[in-house]
Amino acid sequence: MMHVLASFAPPYWMSTLIKVLVISAVVPTTALILGMVFLFKIMSWMQSRLGPQEAGPRGTLQLLADGVKFLQKEDIAPNGADRWVFKVAPLVVLMSTLLLYVALPASMHLVVANLDVGVFFVLAISSLSVIGVLMAGWSSASKYSLMGALRAAGQLIAYELPMVLAVIGVVIQAGTMSLNGIVLAQADGTIFGWGGIGFPYILTQFLGFFIFIAAVQAELTQPPFDMPVAESEIVSGYQVEYTGFRFLIFFLAEFATAFAFAGIAAVLFLGGWAVPWLPTSSDWYYVLGPAVLFAKVMLVAFIIFWVRFTYPRFREDQLQSLAWKVLIPLALVNIVVTAVLKVVL
Amino acid sequence: MPPKPKVPGLIKGLGVTFGEMVKTLKDGPQTTRYPHEREEVAPRARGVIALQEENCTSCMLCARECPDWCIFIEAHKYLAPPRREGGKPRQKNELDRFDIDFSLCMYCGICVEVCPFDALFWSPEHEYSEIRIADLLHDKTRLDQWMQTVPDFEPYEAGSDAKVKKVPR
Repeated sequence: MMHVLASFAPPYWMSTLIKVLVISAVVPTTALILGMVFLFKIMSWMQSRLGPQEAGPRGTLQLLADGVKFLQKEDIAPNGADRWVFKVAPLVVLMSTLLLYVALPASMHLVVANLDVGVFFVLAISSLSVIGVLMAGWSSASKYSLMGALRAAGQLIAYELPMVLAVIGVVIQAGTMSLNGIVLAQADGTIFGWGGIGFPYILTQFLGFFIFIAAVQAELTQPPFDMPVAESEIVSGYQVEYTGFRFLIFFLAEFATAFAFAGIAAVLFLGGWAVPWLPTSSDWYYVLGPAVLFAKVMLVAFIIFWVRFTYPRFREDQLQSLAWKVLIPLALVNIVVTAVLKVVL
Repeated sequence: MPPKPKVPGLIKGLGVTFGEMVKTLKDGPQTTRYPHEREEVAPRARGVIALQEENCTSCMLCARECPDWCIFIEAHKYLAPPRREGGKPRQKNELDRFDIDFSLCMYCGICVEVCPFDALFWSPEHEYSEIRIADLLHDKTRLDQWMQTVPDFEPYEAGSDAKVKKVPR
C-alpha cells in the first residue's frame, strides 16, 4: 500500500484539485479539533467542569451544533458600514490561514508546495491577516470595532518582529529556509555524535521556542494578549458587528491559524513529521508523517491553550513593552549567540 | 507603582491550572450534571416558600409587605366553639385561599421575615418549573406540601444565646 501511495503521480490538474480539496477540508477540521479538545474539554477540566455533555457522545459534536447554529443566523451588515469591505474582511483573514497550510509539510511529499523559502513564506503570509482585521475594523462603522482593529494592528506588528527573529535562530542552525529541509536537518542531526533522537532544535533554541510561542499567542489575539478582542472593554473588538457565518469564519480562522502555527512550531523546533527510528526516505511517512505531525501539533497547541487558560489579560502598555523591551532583545541575543556558535563549532 | 509580575508566579499559575485539570480527571468536577443527577443545594437555599396552613391567621401582613403583590389571601370569619363550658364562642379566621404567584415572586423573603405566626418558611425545593407561566400560581395545598421539604434550623454559632427557632411539623 505504501508503494502505491509513493508511486501515485496524478496529472497537474488532478493534483491541484486534490490539494485544494484537502486544504479546504483540513482547515475547518483542525479548527473543530482544537476548539473541541482545548476550548471545550481541556478548558473545562482546568476550571473543574466537564464541558459539553449532551451533543453526541460525551458532547463531542457540540462545536458542529454551534456551527450549524451560526449558519442559521441572519447575515447583518450595520447601516453605515462599507458593505463590500465589511463582507470581504473575514475572507481575507481566512485566506491568510489557508495560505499558511500551503507550506506546512506533513511528510516529505505530502505538502502543497515544497517551497525553498518556506519559513519566509509562512511568516510573510501570517501577517496578511492583519489586513483583514483592519478592513473589518474600518468598515464596521463602529468605534469598538475601530479601536479593536487598531489595537490588533499595533499588536500584530509588534509581535511579528520577535516571531521572525526567533525563527532566524533555527534557520541559521539548519542552514536552510525550506521547512522540509529543516525537518531533515533535525532528523539527520546528532547530539555530540549520538543520533538516537536526531537533533530537535528545541534543545538549543529553547529561547527561540519560548519567544515563538509567545509571539504566536499574540498573533492569535489569545489571552494574555487578547487586548484587541477584550470583551470587557471593547466587546470583542473588530468582531463586534459580525453575525452568523462571517463571525464563524473569524472563529475558524483563529483556531485553524492556531493549528497551523502549532504545526510550524512543531516543524521548526520538534522535528516535524519525522520520527527518530525511521529513515526520512521511508515510504511509511505517507501515513505516519501526518500522524506524527498531528501528535506534535497537539503537544504545542496544549502549551498555547494552557497559557491561554491560565493568565489574565495584559494592559496595552505592558503588551507593547513586553514585545519591544523583552522579546526582541532576547531574540537578537539568541541570533548572535546562535550565529557565533554556528561558526565556531 | 504596582508590583511587577514575577516569573515564579507565572509558573505557579500554570501549575495551578494543570493541577486542577488532573484533579478534575481523577476525582471528578465540582459541578453536577444537573438534569441527570440530583443537585445538592445549600440547606437554607431560597428555593420555594412553604406555608404551614394551621399557623396562618390571615393577618395579611405578608400580602401587604410583598413588593410584588404576588400573595393572594382570602378568608372568612366564623365562630368556633368555646374552649370551656359556658364560654363565649371565639371568632376565628378560616383561610379560603392562599396563593403565591411564583412568576411574580422575586424571592426576597420579606413575607417569611414578616410573618408573626411562623406560617411561612423557606424550602430548598426548586424543581417546580411549568410549561405555562400561569401554572406558576400555586395554592395553599401545594404550599403546604412543601412544608415537608423545609429543613430544621441549624444551631447558631457557639456562645450565641438566641433561641434556635423550630419548624412546626
